[in-house]
Amino acid sequence: MTSRATASTDGVVASGTQAVIRAVGLTKVYGRVRAVDGVSFEIAHGESFGLLGPNGAGKSTTMRIIGGTLQRTGGVMTVAGLDPAESGPEVRAHLGVVPQEDNLDEELSVRDNLIMYGRYFGLPYAYLRPKADELLEFAQLAEWAKAKVGDLSGGMKRRLTIARSLVNEPQVLLLDEPTTGLDPQARHVLWDRLFRLKEAGVTLVVTTHFMDEAEQLCDRLVVMDHGRIMAEGTPRELIRGYSTREVLEVRFGAEHNAVAAERLADVGSRLEVLPDRLLIYADDGDAALRQVAARGLSPITSLVRRSSLEDVFLRLTGRSLID
Amino acid sequence: MADQDLSHAGASGPPGYAVADLTRLAASGGVPDAAVLARRARRWGWWYYIEYWLVNAKAWAVSIGLYMVVMPLVYLIALGLGLGLLVDRGVGTVGGSGGSGGVPYLTFVGPALLVATVVMSVGGELTYPVMAGFKWRRLYWAPRATPVSPQQIAVGHLGGVLIRFVLQSTVFWVMLLLFHAAPSGWSWLTVPVGVLTAAAFGAPLQAYAAHLTDEGYQFAFVQRFVIMPMFLFAGTFFPLSVMPVYLQWIGWISPVWHGTQLARQAAYGAVEPLWLTLVHLAVLLLFTSVGVALARRTYARRLGR
Repeated sequence: MTSRATASTDGVVASGTQAVIRAVGLTKVYGRVRAVDGVSFEIAHGESFGLLGPNGAGKSTTMRIIGGTLQRTGGVMTVAGLDPAESGPEVRAHLGVVPQEDNLDEELSVRDNLIMYGRYFGLPYAYLRPKADELLEFAQLAEWAKAKVGDLSGGMKRRLTIARSLVNEPQVLLLDEPTTGLDPQARHVLWDRLFRLKEAGVTLVVTTHFMDEAEQLCDRLVVMDHGRIMAEGTPRELIRGYSTREVLEVRFGAEHNAVAAERLADVGSRLEVLPDRLLIYADDGDAALRQVAARGLSPITSLVRRSSLEDVFLRLTGRSLID
Repeated sequence: MADQDLSHAGASGPPGYAVADLTRLAASGGVPDAAVLARRARRWGWWYYIEYWLVNAKAWAVSIGLYMVVMPLVYLIALGLGLGLLVDRGVGTVGGSGGSGGVPYLTFVGPALLVATVVMSVGGELTYPVMAGFKWRRLYWAPRATPVSPQQIAVGHLGGVLIRFVLQSTVFWVMLLLFHAAPSGWSWLTVPVGVLTAAAFGAPLQAYAAHLTDEGYQFAFVQRFVIMPMFLFAGTFFPLSVMPVYLQWIGWISPVWHGTQLARQAAYGAVEPLWLTLVHLAVLLLFTSVGVALARRTYARRLGR
């Protein structure tokens, strides 16, 4: 009850200022591969935080380290002030996890999937039975309560997985590629549900390799590649910082793109040559298009659009998000 | 409290769930502190997995139940009554020395069949389903994301399976009674013996299955070269002692023989020296504890510690 106790209390206060999740110099090494390589970030309570990057960037590995189901090689990790490597059960007790691949029990009914999952948290049936019905309502699966999970569509299974992750009323929800493999309509339904949860005060941590998902869901995000963080900020900040306001996309046909690129090098502030098209970065896309025409080039197709996180990623890594 | 929020709830978003409900959904206050939940899970996590296993087993209850009743009938009629008739006509009784002190063949083979059939069922329960847990259906990864630990998942899966064998052994024992094939007053002990033998073979098998990362074609090998030889050569149909000595080791190293000998003592009071009885028990307990330890370690490794 002397200096030591005081010191540890100070530590909690210092690290606990609104940050629910805190990573400092996080690394995970598999043999010679540095899957996560010195990653640092802080996630505030109630925030929606994204890890954007291509497959293999280290996003899922980072997520598993947060949940304490994978041991880090180095660095500091705290969730609500606890180290998940040491206090795994305590950390996971108030964590919701939506894995990349659904692991629902297809032989069990929709409702039993929720109830039995809730049991793993030590929650009593008296709490779980009404809770399951509320969650089914939320996931728009009430009519399917008694159906076997095997009979559900992909989008319904995903909604059920999200509903299941909420059974313990988590303060933090980890969503690993929540809408991969879903059709556009199902994705929008899910985004709506997740947005409402955030409004209700749940902290969301989302990994995705879809820039539209990151833009829809995330207040703030980090762009990851090869286990490192390339940039951090709100979607707007990132776009403003790493791209122009607009992008002109022109196609001259695969054979002619390279030749056209040489003649357009000084149009706009930057030029990217992709296999099938040229991207001309300019604050005024229409003006850039007029310049293209003025040089006697007539693209097969042209499109002026706003910059997106895809452009940010291209700028940072020289590659597309989805290879 | 919910009502006052409802006013500005319905207006936005698709129908189905009002915002007021959502606040309650996200934090009703019905969930205890993380420390409380973690303490519960540390103590009872293995049992939570058993509960899940039992709910899951409900889907198969009818077919498993039917199997549990029909299988003893088939074996006892074919081997006990059919083959037994021949044996009894030929050598009189089995298991005694010099034709005396033995029992009818049905009595001799009955408890052994209980043990052997339970072990055969283990071969189905702790092979492919384990692989489904890690890989095919990723079922273990669901509890892994909760306060329940990988070690508890391993113990829980084994525990659920053993509960099935409590039932299966009990049904078999009742059949033995109906066939008048378990004369001893201690014959009910064949039930725990059956379950212990299932654990002694099941736990190492579970550890082995957990360690496989490919498609599990090795299980067919286990079936043919481990389970079948145990069934045929580990003293189920004839005393191990009538086999040539160079084949008797198959019995000595197999849980089936040790379980069978114990079951015979329980069912009709087969006589064995005390030290041998203790050896049977020790072997079964050793197989079980080593198997459980290995399974726990392997589950922890594969699911991340």
